[in-house]
Amino acid sequence: MDIFLQQLINGLVLGSVYALIALGYTMVYGILELINFAHGEVVMIGAMVTLAVVNALMASGVDLPGVVVVAGGVLVAVPVCMALGFAIERVAYRPLRRAPRLAPLITAIGVSIVLQNVAMIIWGRSYISFPPILPATRHDIAGAGVTDLQIFIFLLALVLMAGLVLLVQKTRIGRGMRATAQAPEIAGLMGVNVNAVISFTFILGSALAAIAGVMVSAYYGIAHYYMGFLLGLKAFTAAVLGGIGNIAGAMLGGLLLGVIESMAAGYIGDITGGFLGSHYQDVFAFFVLIGVLVFRPSGLLGERVAERP
Amino acid sequence: MKSRLLALLLSALLFNLAACGKKDASPAAGGEEVIRIGAIQPLTGPQAHLGKDNENGTRMAIDDANAAGTTIGGKKVRFELVSEDDQADPRTATVVAQKLVDAGVRGIIGHLNSGTTIPASKIYYDAGIVQISPSATNPKYTEQGFKTAFRVMPNDVQQGKVLGDYAVNRLGGKKIAIIDDRTAYGQGVADQFEKAAKAAGAEIVAREFTTDKSTDFMAILTAVKAKNPDILFFGGMDAQGGPMIKQFKSIGLNAKFLTADGGSTPEFIKLSGGAAEGAYSSLPGLPLDKMPGGKDFAERFTAKYGQIQLYAPYCYDAVGVMIAAMQKAGSSDPAKYQPALAGISYDGVTAKVSFDQKGDIKDGAITLYQVKNGKWQVIETVGGPASASAK
Repeated sequence: MDIFLQQLINGLVLGSVYALIALGYTMVYGILELINFAHGEVVMIGAMVTLAVVNALMASGVDLPGVVVVAGGVLVAVPVCMALGFAIERVAYRPLRRAPRLAPLITAIGVSIVLQNVAMIIWGRSYISFPPILPATRHDIAGAGVTDLQIFIFLLALVLMAGLVLLVQKTRIGRGMRATAQAPEIAGLMGVNVNAVISFTFILGSALAAIAGVMVSAYYGIAHYYMGFLLGLKAFTAAVLGGIGNIAGAMLGGLLLGVIESMAAGYIGDITGGFLGSHYQDVFAFFVLIGVLVFRPSGLLGERVAERP
Repeated sequence: MKSRLLALLLSALLFNLAACGKKDASPAAGGEEVIRIGAIQPLTGPQAHLGKDNENGTRMAIDDANAAGTTIGGKKVRFELVSEDDQADPRTATVVAQKLVDAGVRGIIGHLNSGTTIPASKIYYDAGIVQISPSATNPKYTEQGFKTAFRVMPNDVQQGKVLGDYAVNRLGGKKIAIIDDRTAYGQGVADQFEKAAKAAGAEIVAREFTTDKSTDFMAILTAVKAKNPDILFFGGMDAQGGPMIKQFKSIGLNAKFLTADGGSTPEFIKLSGGAAEGAYSSLPGLPLDKMPGGKDFAERFTAKYGQIQLYAPYCYDAVGVMIAAMQKAGSSDPAKYQPALAGISYDGVTAKVSFDQKGDIKDGAITLYQVKNGKWQVIETVGGPASASAK
């Protein structure tokens, strides 16, 4: 069996989830220069709502194929998260848009704690399991195994990312987003409805986050109320790695971070002769974050906001 | 304005000091003595379902003792549960341990994890408060020489040995991979397992680690798969074990899966999404329906709190044996009832409880389980009074 290839596959699947979440961080940062630390919790809510719907459909006794059941969950989770993203911006960030930078950062953390606790009250403190209803056929590629679900997650992430790039580059609202990112006041003077653009950015990022949440919970088979915290931090790291504010950077950073993590976890024990173990897996993301901040603070592809005078 | 704030702070401080001064069990309104018993377990985080189970077991025992109108030294007493959350985190554990000591509790039931029990046990020892852990299985807990430390569950030396022997001699394991979560519990039980498996002639082909908060094991399992083991042992809790076995099946690893008591829960099977079928585990003590008071306990507990997760009966016994020692000594003063506890013989729900010199339960049994038809089914019980009497 080809271990290297297998680790690469593991890394790409994990990385495509990071990339989807990182897009939310990067778009908000690109426009508001604000790090939306509640974004990880939107991912969590997406996973939890999907699971609630899936479990309710399963319990209702209607015999539907697994894919349809999960799709039903997603159809509820995505609008819920979009509404949530909109509400977060309205409640926690818009009133503070002219406040010092620190203020919205604090409300972001506040929102994140509130959402965690709300989820804990609604869904309890235990892990919730994802029913094994999705096909998990394994395919053999040059000695490595890959499941249907892994292929699906990777392809869906690619499609969503391509769609996002098209939206930002080719549509009217996308042009509004780019203009607002460049200079919000001037964009406003030119007739761009800045508030609407910002709301739209949050809604869009939250929709991607909801889908990422579903992917994570289906892939690992579980969800719980604080799953968003570490995921959010990792995705934030991915965004910084690629160059925060830069959409292509977030995708590259996400995929790269996933691969780095998997490779590191898979090989570190053998390389260091057991001195460092695979339990350092989560730490590598933060090694990467520190490394980027020290050696290349603008990330691999550069910060887009750096262009702003 | 400033002085007013200062006055406010000072008065708050004084109030706290006054509250701290109220250490001794004081006669309450009804004339009965109130005895506070502390219970610490993780009530938040990934092990919260187990922590809640422990709290419920403890609460039920205290409610029962109050309902029965327990007297100590001829005086009617009322027990009060003071429950704290240690988040399964060693540092938090020592903080809340100190908090309970300051609150004047007369005994501690807890903690759930070995990683929290061991550091906190020093605090209880220094304060002279008796601690009974219902579920910490790391041998170090009772090896520190603290005369305040007791446990009502057999420890990992015994559990690891039974599992190691079983893996090699009964399941025919030759190449064994081990993953643990690096907690005092997970690492401890994995070390004991490794020792026993090696002694029985198996080769340890991989020793990997994760954390007690991880959900992604794909990379580690891929590394393990490269070593081609016929058995994979996981030392850790159900919240990691369940997803791990699911991911382990998904990468096409065909080894047998073994875990210890932290994974022997209904939650493990639920979280595995159907992949747990055929997995093995062990649990210190007898199976619930073989426990002396298991059936009755299970019925009453389920009616009140729902399904038993894991350790609730042991918490119930920990409270029971503590109160029995207080009654024997005629006092709720830990210094007075500690010797009575050390020499006690108590018929609990889980087993006959008596302690050896270190504070470990005597004659502890270990039971092996396997998942069949989506449920943990008993394979056999090794050691303990039940097997001795069966001989």
